[in-house]
Amino acid sequence: MNNRMELNFLACPQNESFARVAVAAFAVQLSPTLPEMADIKTAVSEAVTNAIIHGYRGWTPEKGGMVYLKAEYDQRHVLTVSIRDEGCGILDVKQAMQPFYSTGEGSERSGMGFCVMQTFMDAVEVDSAPGRGTTVTMRKYILGEIGLRQERILDEIG
Amino acid sequence: MQQAKALQDRVTVVLAGELDHYTASQIRAQLDEILQDPTLNHLVLDMGNLTFMDSSGIGVLLGRLRILQMRGGSLSVKNMQPPIAKLFRLTGMHRVITVLDEFKGGQSE
Repeated sequence: MNNRMELNFLACPQNESFARVAVAAFAVQLSPTLPEMADIKTAVSEAVTNAIIHGYRGWTPEKGGMVYLKAEYDQRHVLTVSIRDEGCGILDVKQAMQPFYSTGEGSERSGMGFCVMQTFMDAVEVDSAPGRGTTVTMRKYILGEIGLRQERILDEIG
Repeated sequence: MQQAKALQDRVTVVLAGELDHYTASQIRAQLDEILQDPTLNHLVLDMGNLTFMDSSGIGVLLGRLRILQMRGGSLSVKNMQPPIAKLFRLTGMHRVITVLDEFKGGQSE
């Protein structure tokens, strides 16, 4: 079956944990393995953190920047998570997605956020422009325990 | 961060809970307080009780590595749980930070 959920929350660091746990709880319906669950949590954490520290850079909590999160899955067990902010946007998306690239000078950012998202999910799309905010859409095929069993059987029969 | 054990110029710190952007500043400050002791050159992070880490945590580790390297020291980690070991491996951190034990549930390379 198909399913869908949406969450809107204030762009504050306390909500990073809330967001990743919420998406993981939603994804449980696909019976993911523990490593798949960890991948989802890590990728969501990266995208939400980017929205908060880069998208809304320089914003105060009083200004009320919001993060808009949507998650859905379909009959193929493809989980899609999109995370949108209405912040400053990205001037050069290609450059921003390069490993070790960071605009957070002096703040010990690793510059690995997009790299982690791309590694832990199967597809990552970024839609952004200066002053227009950013939407990160990530997809992951959830193999789950059924897929692992299938792999074991295939190994057995050679 | 739960405890610190110092032996000569080496200190072992046990990290617990989650290391993300929200918790990074507190953990960074606590580690830097420990590293204010100029006799400590080698920091070992026991990550056995760390249940989550993302790239914000990598930033914290790389920052401490830089401090320690400037005084001729080193940063090592041990007891990483599988998801954190995977993050470490896939981001190449195992090439710059010493892993003192085998990755749990994952390949070391």
